[in-house]
Amino acid sequence: MSSIAKVLNWGRHYSTWPFGSGLACCAMEMVATASSRFDITRFGMDVFRASPRQADLFIVSGTLTWKMAPAVKMLYDQMAEPKWVIAMGACAISGGTFAHSYSVVPGVNRIIPVDVYVPGCPPRPEALIYGVMMLHKKIDKRKFRQQD
Amino acid sequence: MESMSSLSTDMELKTEPFVLNMGPQHPSTHGVFRMRVLLDGEVVVDLEPIFGYLHRGIEKLAETRTYTQVIPLTDRLLYLSSMACNHAYVRSVEKLAGIHVPERGEYIRVIMDELMRISSHLMAVGFFLNDLGCSVYTPLLYMYREREKILDMFEMVCGQRLTYNYMRVGGVSGDVPEEFMPVLKRFVAEMPHFIAEYEQLLAENEILLARTKGVGVLPRELAINASASGPVLRASGVKWDIRKADPYSVYDRFDFEVPIGQVGDNYDRYRVRIMEMHQSLRILEQAMRQFPAGEACAKLPQLLRPAVGEAYGRVETPQGEMGFYVVSDNSIAPYRMHIRPPALLNLTALKDMVVGWKVADVIATFGSIDIAMGEVDR
Repeated sequence: MSSIAKVLNWGRHYSTWPFGSGLACCAMEMVATASSRFDITRFGMDVFRASPRQADLFIVSGTLTWKMAPAVKMLYDQMAEPKWVIAMGACAISGGTFAHSYSVVPGVNRIIPVDVYVPGCPPRPEALIYGVMMLHKKIDKRKFRQQD
Repeated sequence: MESMSSLSTDMELKTEPFVLNMGPQHPSTHGVFRMRVLLDGEVVVDLEPIFGYLHRGIEKLAETRTYTQVIPLTDRLLYLSSMACNHAYVRSVEKLAGIHVPERGEYIRVIMDELMRISSHLMAVGFFLNDLGCSVYTPLLYMYREREKILDMFEMVCGQRLTYNYMRVGGVSGDVPEEFMPVLKRFVAEMPHFIAEYEQLLAENEILLARTKGVGVLPRELAINASASGPVLRASGVKWDIRKADPYSVYDRFDFEVPIGQVGDNYDRYRVRIMEMHQSLRILEQAMRQFPAGEACAKLPQLLRPAVGEAYGRVETPQGEMGFYVVSDNSIAPYRMHIRPPALLNLTALKDMVVGWKVADVIATFGSIDIAMGEVDR
């Protein structure tokens, strides 16, 4: 890995700004993760942005329905490169409890590419923090050729 | 003179109505709610809510599951007050099958319901203040501090933080552990102090009063006609609470009041929630004193097969009246289940509350209704 890549990765590692978009129940745990008890600020990724243009990380928190899917795709497309996606909770991973429903997308990876899956219904805040740390590891491994 | 007046009317700015789309992704829409707002300048002329972005087909899914397997689905309706949703569902199934719940089970349910009410109202007030623009998150962080204590207690009894799946047909899934009661006792003793702290920060706050007093008024008649319920209805001055009007569980054994508002504006809705927290603490105190010994759950067969028939059971959730209409055809799964959603019906009055106010007031009024999209779209 070149030293330029290392510097870029180091910067991105500590400034992954998540997109504060909540879809369903998991969003409550996402907010809990950001609140004082679990305090995601400790890991340098507390800056929840309300606009996809300013965000690097899309935490898909909750059930995705076919009606909502085009909107989520558009939000993902609006994010600037480099960007990452965390599928939070059983619904985002596979449809979870609602996988057999006529209106639910069985897994958000059908719509947008996913980097890290955090299981749980909903995942505990610690699990989300662990998922983010896994993502940090992934960011650290990016080679220069993969940089955008 | 005539020419002058015609000139002045010509000089007046002609404005065209302007359509603003809010959502489905918007930081203040509490999930994936969308509204089309027709604006004249900054003043709202018309508002059309668009639902269905979180429609998960819960009513249809319930038909393919056994009576007990439906309980986890009800958790995900009002995800800020899952215990109350559980309670509404198991109550209607108990009505349908004619099951008697042991006294201890009923008391545990009441304790859980009231803790849930405090936690949900904390979140409602926190998000409402967030929508008013109180810095980023500050009021919410205060509320989360107490909510985490309640979540710890729920974790003790069922191991989950948000979707509890604690209540069962005939009682609750397990008795409360030994260490639960001392923690609850401490919480009930401490909580009034924290509510006083919020009051000190908020009640006389000039900015809060200016943004909420007289804004988003829901008149008494309209609230009744829109079949609003819960704090939204009570803020409009209607003394209607299922716990008093149609007592269920063991609520008839407690002494508590139903706080009401005068005008039905955003401030009243906020005040009613704060006062309800005090009443919930009163109920908790009495429930702890009367807490009986015995079984927490009735002995029932693993698969329920209620006789052919139908039943409607309702409870007072923190958002309002939630009811489940369950039809049985003597099989192991409900033939049909319909949900009476409190927040959806409260939301239908939104248009009448905001027409004539500014865009910023739409967000504030919307926040004061306290919705959870899981239940609005179902």
